[in-house]
Amino acid sequence: MAEELVDVRNLGMKYQSPNGEIEAVRDVSFTVSKGEFVSLVGPSGCGKSTILSIISGLLKPTSGSVRIGGEWVRGASRKVGYMLQKDHLFDWRTIYQNVLLGLEVRGALNKESKERVMGLLNTYGLYEFRDKYPDQLSGGMRQRAALIRTLAVDPEILLLDEAFSALDYQMRIAVTDDIYGIIKREQKTVIMVTHDISESISMSDRVIVISKRPATVIAIHDIKFNLKERSPLACRETREFPGYFNMIWRELDVHV
Amino acid sequence: MFMSERQEPALSRERAEYLRKLKIRKHAILTARILILVAFFAVWEIAGNLRLIDPFLTSQPSRIIRTLSNLYMQGDLFKHIGITCLETVAGFLLGTVLGTGVAILLWWSDFISRVLEPYLVVLNSLPKIALGPIFIIWIGPGPSAIIVMALAISLIVTILEVLNGFLSADPEKIRLVETFGANRLQVFTKVVLPSNIGSVINALKINVGLSWVGVIVGEFLVSRAGLGYLIVYGGQVFQLDLVMTSVIILAAAAALMYQGVVWIERKLMKNPQVYGRM
Repeated sequence: MAEELVDVRNLGMKYQSPNGEIEAVRDVSFTVSKGEFVSLVGPSGCGKSTILSIISGLLKPTSGSVRIGGEWVRGASRKVGYMLQKDHLFDWRTIYQNVLLGLEVRGALNKESKERVMGLLNTYGLYEFRDKYPDQLSGGMRQRAALIRTLAVDPEILLLDEAFSALDYQMRIAVTDDIYGIIKREQKTVIMVTHDISESISMSDRVIVISKRPATVIAIHDIKFNLKERSPLACRETREFPGYFNMIWRELDVHV
Repeated sequence: MFMSERQEPALSRERAEYLRKLKIRKHAILTARILILVAFFAVWEIAGNLRLIDPFLTSQPSRIIRTLSNLYMQGDLFKHIGITCLETVAGFLLGTVLGTGVAILLWWSDFISRVLEPYLVVLNSLPKIALGPIFIIWIGPGPSAIIVMALAISLIVTILEVLNGFLSADPEKIRLVETFGANRLQVFTKVVLPSNIGSVINALKINVGLSWVGVIVGEFLVSRAGLGYLIVYGGQVFQLDLVMTSVIILAAAAALMYQGVVWIERKLMKNPQVYGRM
């Protein structure tokens, strides 16, 4: 068993508002090992994103705790890189200025970090476009730029929050493959939140099935494919794929 | 993948025809505009000469020109224009800077914003002109009181306008910088301000107009110089020539200043660093 990097224990979250109390998360526990790709799959609005926000330190849980590399998470964690639904590239900044955003905010802008960013841009085909503005790039390129912005601060863990759901279906399949390749190459640990069962199976080493609100863990599945070189697209074509899909589908117990 | 810079292909016949029509239309609009202006002054002048209207009450373009040259001979023309413009620019700049500053404060603290909300609503609906006498007594008659009057009229609107812009900044973009651990100041400088240069410039445009209102009202109430003073004085001594002349100078000056703001906006728009890409 690989080294345990993230330890989520007995997480609970209740939102308070003048109209009442909403329990978003109830007693969620799981661990993620270094280098693992884990996804949380569950219905929309079930509180999955809340779990991610808590792991990143943006939200304080009402009960339970999160440890990353043995340290308690308090406040926005520097070990975490976050990717949101849309790329949210700032249209008043060039691609280069956009990918530097995280380093700027963390006050980590120096020769070394700039060189690393240039290296990333170079490796992932955005170097020539560094002085362009986001609206001059295609959707796929923009996603790459957003990923590089996240990778620029050199996080240990990537949190993907429905990171591709703003793209149309075809683009999404292509971008998923692309981003997956980059993440594996950079050897990052990933926790991804999605409502898309296929997406979760095709990308993950492990799928954690989450119930409707309040979010609880229904089941945890190890996903294994008989593939030499794994890619989300190849996974979708395997014989094991439909089996995983049906199992998770049943567990999610979807009703119209 | 990447959209290259738009290349100009050779013009097709249809395209050339379209561009030609566009140009004709543009010229037609400009010509019509100038004609209206010329016709207006011509009718005014002729109707006065034919005694269809009484130039004593309506004045006349030729009289306005005479009044202008008289003012110029006496050396008063630019003194009056200068004082009024100076007061307006001062009121405008103060209103913009203070208004934006207060908007930043209100954006920063939701608590302060909530606390001050009813006061802002009342101040916004209060006719600020009613405060004129108070300013004059407190500050004394003179340009300072007039500038404060202009400020009073433009300030609240600026605050509300700019604050609205700040509050409409994309919460997801704010969340993005927060995932990097941004503090409130960084959220402001990295996201809220750069995505809101547009609303600040809109506030500037509104401000120019309001500053003029404030200055003229202020001069009505108190001054011994300026275009507003000339208008009031002309009215009191029944010299409509002087009143009309001042109004026309005022229209020209206000239009110039508005164009100035538009010019600044264009400059900023050309620089995507500042304005974003439109």
